[in-house]
Amino acid sequence: MKKLVIAGKEFGSRLFLGTGKFNSNQRMEESILASGTEMVTVAMKRIELDDKEDDMLKHIAHPHIQLLPNTSGVRNAEEAVFAAQMAREAFGTNWLKLEIHPDPRYLLPDSTETLKATEELVKLGFVVLPYCQADPTLCKHLEEAGAATVMPLGAPIGTNKGLQTRDFLRIIIEQSNVPVVVDAGIGAPSHAAEAMEMGADACLVNTAIAVAGNPVEMAVAFKEAVIAGRRAFEAGLGTQAQSFIAAASSPLTSFLND
Amino acid sequence: MIIHINNQSVVLPEGSALAVLASELELPAQGVAIAVNNRMVPRMGWESHQLADGDRVTVIKAACGG
Repeated sequence: MKKLVIAGKEFGSRLFLGTGKFNSNQRMEESILASGTEMVTVAMKRIELDDKEDDMLKHIAHPHIQLLPNTSGVRNAEEAVFAAQMAREAFGTNWLKLEIHPDPRYLLPDSTETLKATEELVKLGFVVLPYCQADPTLCKHLEEAGAATVMPLGAPIGTNKGLQTRDFLRIIIEQSNVPVVVDAGIGAPSHAAEAMEMGADACLVNTAIAVAGNPVEMAVAFKEAVIAGRRAFEAGLGTQAQSFIAAASSPLTSFLND
Repeated sequence: MIIHINNQSVVLPEGSALAVLASELELPAQGVAIAVNNRMVPRMGWESHQLADGDRVTVIKAACGG
């Protein structure tokens, strides 16, 4: 299986994990390790002055894992640039999951602000992985602006609805010169496998693992699905027939009558 | 002087450095960032950055998120 390369860095796993919604930091860490992922998102929040909660960072800071700070909570490009600078200082990485979704109901990314922020952040030296609409034209603009990947959504964040945007994802994958990471909406290993079979370069999964009955087992299931999907893509899937008329895969020998 | 940290107010001696505030907050060695009046101040600058009355300080830390 080919290695994934983003901004010159090789990744052995094509599954990226989000860290939200787990019952505990311990369970989150176990799931991350079970998934085999080498890229994990982290958010930021304002501290409380009497804050004594468990530091989540120690649970995700493993040598083989690239931290991917996100800009969740920002409403426009200006706030995203500020958040990015804070993230670079806090986590010591210039890698960034750019996400600008001002509408709390659907959490859909604002394309205008995302493109503007990508242009600015690339100039500031960030490795920008923008969460974006499954819009092939936008994805080309993001690529031209210097995005390290594009990360179009399959469905709104946390819905587990799978690849509702599949036809547009196909166009994005066909056209892209940077890795395509399907982000948001992937709710089952079969969704991830489908994305990978289509030729996506990676999948970013959070809710589907975090809220599973057994997150650690689900992390393994996603790991296997992503590998299977990628292998199938690289092996070359057979073409799908236009009709339901069968095409025999065994010799049609008559055993009893001529 | 009064400093506003994440929208809560604290009183500090006049001319306190940002490092004094960071020390009082017992911030972890990594995974935090501070901005003063919406401008990020690198950790290496905390010692030399003098706070002024009314400054708005933003302190962020790592959180779980997708």
